[in-house]
Amino acid sequence: MKKNPSREELLKGIWRDNPVFVQVLGMCPMLAVTNSAINAVAMGMATFFVLVGSSFLVSTFRHLIPKQVRISCFIIIIATFVTIADYTLLALVPGVHKELGAFIPLIVANCLILGRQEAFASRYPTKLAVMDAIGMASGFVLALLSLGSVREILGDGALFGIKLFGENFEPWVIMILPPGGFLTLGVILLFFNWFKSKKDEFLEEVAAAQRSES
Amino acid sequence: MNAPANTGSPGSLRLVSTLAIAGLLSGIAIIGIYESTLPTITLNKARELREAVFKVLPGVSQMQALVHRDGELVVVTSPDKDEPVIYGGHDEQGQFVGYAVPAAGPGFQDTIAILYGYKPSEKLVVGMEVLESRETPGLGDKIYKDAEWVAGFGALSIEPEIFAVKKGTRSQPNEIDAITGATISSKAVVRIINEAHAQWSALLPAPGSEPQFEAAGQAPTESGQ
Amino acid sequence: MKKRDPDLLLFHAPLLRQGMTTPSAMRDVLYALAPATGASLWFFGISAALVLGSCIAGAVLAEWLFANKETRGESLRDASGVLTGLLLGLTLPPGLPLWMAFLGGFVGIALGKVIWGGLGHNLFNPALLGRAFLLATFPIAMTTWVPSTGGEFFAIYPGNLALPFMQAQLDGMSAATPLGLLKFEQVVTPLSDLAFGKTSGSLGETSGLLLLLGGIYLWLRRDLDWRIPVSILLTVIVFSACLGLFDAERFPTPLFSVFSGGLLLGAIYMATDPVTSPVTPRGAWIFGIGVGVLVILIRVFGGLPEGVMYAILLMNAATPLIDRYTQPRVFGRGVESQ
Repeated sequence: MKKNPSREELLKGIWRDNPVFVQVLGMCPMLAVTNSAINAVAMGMATFFVLVGSSFLVSTFRHLIPKQVRISCFIIIIATFVTIADYTLLALVPGVHKELGAFIPLIVANCLILGRQEAFASRYPTKLAVMDAIGMASGFVLALLSLGSVREILGDGALFGIKLFGENFEPWVIMILPPGGFLTLGVILLFFNWFKSKKDEFLEEVAAAQRSES
Repeated sequence: MNAPANTGSPGSLRLVSTLAIAGLLSGIAIIGIYESTLPTITLNKARELREAVFKVLPGVSQMQALVHRDGELVVVTSPDKDEPVIYGGHDEQGQFVGYAVPAAGPGFQDTIAILYGYKPSEKLVVGMEVLESRETPGLGDKIYKDAEWVAGFGALSIEPEIFAVKKGTRSQPNEIDAITGATISSKAVVRIINEAHAQWSALLPAPGSEPQFEAAGQAPTESGQ
Repeated sequence: MKKRDPDLLLFHAPLLRQGMTTPSAMRDVLYALAPATGASLWFFGISAALVLGSCIAGAVLAEWLFANKETRGESLRDASGVLTGLLLGLTLPPGLPLWMAFLGGFVGIALGKVIWGGLGHNLFNPALLGRAFLLATFPIAMTTWVPSTGGEFFAIYPGNLALPFMQAQLDGMSAATPLGLLKFEQVVTPLSDLAFGKTSGSLGETSGLLLLLGGIYLWLRRDLDWRIPVSILLTVIVFSACLGLFDAERFPTPLFSVFSGGLLLGAIYMATDPVTSPVTPRGAWIFGIGVGVLVILIRVFGGLPEGVMYAILLMNAATPLIDRYTQPRVFGRGVESQ
């Protein structure tokens, strides 16, 4: 069976190599700004923009950048995109920008982004690099969104600001505080690992069955 | 890195020029985005400020920024950076109504920044708006979510000082019912107002001789920032 | 101290069968808590039974759900889940919604015990962890105290019956605890009320004397390291006496400090949890003094009226370190390396 390489690169970031749940990268924004779904989405979209933009540039100019100064060049490219995202958010959605605060400039330091430049975009052709970036960034957005939704539903009884349970809902205050981020992330990672071990067990059983048949 | 073109180490000129070009392009991009978003950002900030001022000073429809220079309050359009500013509010006829005073101080978690409206003729606080706070959600954040508490600043005597008292025991015009379960945050807000008032009351002119509204002043913007 | 300790100490080596097993030790603690539990029923009526029952149900459910199939029966039989639920319940306000009590028991066992690998592997006291979770999650419900029902056994606090995920209807029937009264309103509660439980507070903390009684039973049964409660209580007494020298008006008296809040409950039943407290005698003293100092520091200088829970949890975190630095020298070794 022949696999389409660019589709592979796109899909791996969303599930199999999910940057947050499998690679455990980008924890700082993950824990800090996911106290509501809307913040999570804004953060995710900013990261999406930065990652895809810098992967495109890094991959396009990969032959022109001498390897001795590659990290500095990556950082310059990433920082430019982050600044653009910062000002755009400030102009368009000042409320969300205020909530995200210092974490927008901190996208520069998100190890997911620099990691993709070093490990992928600087080695592969532009098309694959962009596909990889879109996949990874989507995985990141999905992870942020799932964490943000859980925390907003429990912590505020709402999703995207819409009340789900009526006025008498008792908010779980801890969920919108930093410990709630750690707890929720821990539970989700627990689920991912449990799922993975179940899958491995299943694959092993299948393999064993095949061996005994032959 | 798989950069096949670079066999051997490139000269330092190459390295420097690569970085210089990258920096140059990045600089151009940043200047571009800064210039194109600046008007919107300035407008947003000015609107936010106006809304806050109008909220804490009921009946106000015009405002101007005031700073204290050489012993008197003067109208400015762009205050210097670290200069304390208050806002004079005027009604539609240009009549002076009151001051909106920004103040900040330590709360339970972090600095609380507020804006309060003050009518010098009656020595009354007429409104309070929390601009920034990181108080505990569910408890301390009632300082801006509890409508009853915020309404308590609607007509509050500030002479000699505001006191936060246990809920339901308010008996004096200068007392306000503290929020149950958020005593520290409520007391912090009261303390911030008292301190700012002590600081400003000496600097304000006698009631009736406030700076006139200067139409040229227009809506002040925080362009100093 | 030094003179009375034998020169050779043996820990955890079951050279002689003592007849002391985990289930029997757990049962002893349950017996010791019986008077205080009874008192909570007396003061708060059937509400107390409901809250305690919900905590225990949550704790046991978590224990059952996350246990291995092979060891499931055993981990339920040793009654440690029941004990965790009961201890947690005794630290809760009587008017707490039952679903919160249930959640607290569940989280206490799940995050406080099972996730570490089960009984004996946990760093923090599971009951206190459950309480810390509840306090951070539902700060208002957890600090809404109700007065005693005054002998009406079947009166239920309306807050108890809140539907899951819904708020308790506050009926204005709240009463501040002695520590809250002192901290926020400068009102001192008389000592006799504290000792006999005529105050508002959590289910198990109101009656100091009954808690002491249970502690003495445990000490007689050799189920608890007497050094820990003694050092905690002594530290609290000495520290608050010292503070009293500076300003007797502002700081509580030593006996008030001992009998108010959850200090006795925490010092006797929670700090002494053998899993989360140091095993060496010197370590036990250090642990107890640390808890005592932290309790007073939090109560007097912190933003909260009560600090027993955080004091014990913080010292729980320091326990491995204390154990490491108080290991006795192995006989005949380590002299030259000092």
